[in-house]
Amino acid sequence: MPKFLIWIAALAALIALPHGLSFSQQEILVFLTINVLLVASYRLLTLTGEWSLGHVVIMGVGAYSSALLTKKLGVYVPVSMLLGGVIAALIAVLLSFPLFRMKGFYFLIGSFAAGEIIRLLWKRFRDPFGGAKGIKGIDPMPDFSVGFYQFDFFEPTSYYYFAGVVVAVCLWILWRIEKSPVGLTFHAVHWQDKLAQASGVNVRAYRTLAFAIASGFAGISGALLAHYVGTINPNAFDIDLMVFVLTWAIVGGTATFYGPILGCVVLTVINEVVLRELGLEQMRPLIYGAIMILSILFLPNGLESIVQKLTKRRAAGGAPERSPAE
Amino acid sequence: MTDFLEVKDLTMRFGGLIAVDSLSFKVAHGSIHGLIGPNGAGKTTTFNMISGFYKPTSGQVLLRGEDISGLQMHEVARRGVVRTFQHSTLFAELTVLENALVGTHMPFRPNIFAAIIGWDKEDRSGAEARAKEALEFFGLDHVMQERAGDLSHGHQRALGMAVAYASHPDVILLDEPFTGMNPEETRQMMDLMKRLKADGITILIVEHDMQAIMGLCDNITCMSFGKFLAEGGPQEIRNHPAVIEAYLGGARHVA
Ligand SMILES: Nc1ncnc2c1ncn2[C@@H]1O[C@H](COP(=O)(O)OP(=O)(O)OP(=O)(O)O)[C@@H](O)[C@H]1O
Ligand SMILES: [Mg+2]
Repeated sequence: MPKFLIWIAALAALIALPHGLSFSQQEILVFLTINVLLVASYRLLTLTGEWSLGHVVIMGVGAYSSALLTKKLGVYVPVSMLLGGVIAALIAVLLSFPLFRMKGFYFLIGSFAAGEIIRLLWKRFRDPFGGAKGIKGIDPMPDFSVGFYQFDFFEPTSYYYFAGVVVAVCLWILWRIEKSPVGLTFHAVHWQDKLAQASGVNVRAYRTLAFAIASGFAGISGALLAHYVGTINPNAFDIDLMVFVLTWAIVGGTATFYGPILGCVVLTVINEVVLRELGLEQMRPLIYGAIMILSILFLPNGLESIVQKLTKRRAAGGAPERSPAE
Repeated sequence: MTDFLEVKDLTMRFGGLIAVDSLSFKVAHGSIHGLIGPNGAGKTTTFNMISGFYKPTSGQVLLRGEDISGLQMHEVARRGVVRTFQHSTLFAELTVLENALVGTHMPFRPNIFAAIIGWDKEDRSGAEARAKEALEFFGLDHVMQERAGDLSHGHQRALGMAVAYASHPDVILLDEPFTGMNPEETRQMMDLMKRLKADGITILIVEHDMQAIMGLCDNITCMSFGKFLAEGGPQEIRNHPAVIEAYLGGARHVA
């Protein structure tokens, strides 16, 4: 099974990867792993055709929830992460009531406004959210041992392995959902909601479902972040990060599962390796903006379209994959 | 035959325009019922009210005696009334098979937890079998893997019906199913509808092809400018002075 071997090789490469990196690069690798989950969860939301500007704030909901659960109630950290995701999903369900009265552009603006309101609440209520300074001294993930490996979470490598496993499981679930009849129904709601409804699909419920699932996984990514950096504040989840998520998704392309992940990885590598080396990291927003515009102009179907071309050539004669125009 | 679907004083007002004006008719169970009238008579609007796409301004839609007017479209569909759309409305970006699979949503309701764990294999294969059955019925099995948007116009109309049929409906509302079909395709499609009827499915059909309507329907309701005009069997309607008048006035002739 050559495909099986490719997976084994990829896994080995991912395990070996941090050992070839400097300490600061290892830290970036942790952030990258967390961002992969963030952008992959965002794609699930876009399956039903809605683009939200509140996704990063929802990630923050997961981060705040998990941080507070451990700090105030002493919940065990991995459990609090899971609960952070659940709370983010529940908040999304609440938000869906006003937001899903809107569609398209209005949903976009509405989601931004909803996100800003949540950030305002974090700033306004010092108890329990810590105001503008946020929450400091968040419990780290407790160290543990699995026999052959000792997890020491002050080491980025350890946290990378831990987050890697969590993210891998989450991606697997997201992938299973997308390839299931539920995923097909999401597509149906996106392309022709009238016909979907005439086929008995509760369109509103499916929109809410996609929103809640995407938000839940965004919440888990936020919790992973919170317990790694140990401090969070409202500005960590502002529109700047949202623009990065959008850029990753658009540059990578949203027609396939791996498109946004590819965008996130490639742009992060460009950012950290190239820009940092050149001392241009201050210009990151400018350069990201330029990359977004250039890719819309010259690569409208994203990086994934290059991959599709390459794999198609290799598997010439196989069934051609359809490429929904986004 | 019993009254199965009944429309009672149904009215739809768009601002100043009364598109449907206290229309009443009854559809018998297991029959093919035609709804005809010149362009702009309000046929599609009537379908939209029956299927729950529009909420009527006033009046009732009774299904097995239950008032279903004002329910949402998916709620009406779940009671067994499924519609097609006048303009080929399909999931153009999805394959033909995937289109039909969406049609099986009601008999094989997806369950997200079962789907993640992989405990829905039976449902998935059941849905696929049903989808393929519906496609075969409408002669689309040879284009199963094609993109729905790439199909010929006639095939797109057929696919719209296959999606509706896949859901095991009790009543199908067909809005101009024969447009874009050549005479041969129309004839085949008429045969399929007679088979649906033989299976006990009730059909309410809007169509401008009079030959097809006359050949298919047990009963026909004719409307004009939103109002009820006449009702009867094909022979009666063909010779009804008010119907002929409406169509001549509307610059469309009865074949
Ligand atoms: N959503 C709407 N808003 C305003 N007016 C509408 C709307 N839908 C339909 N109408 C008007 O209502 C009248 C009836 O339209 P309808 O589409 O029901 O006619 P029809 O009998 O289906 O005609 P055709 O044979 O051309 O399909 C027309 O005058 C149309 O312009
Ligand atoms: Mg019409």
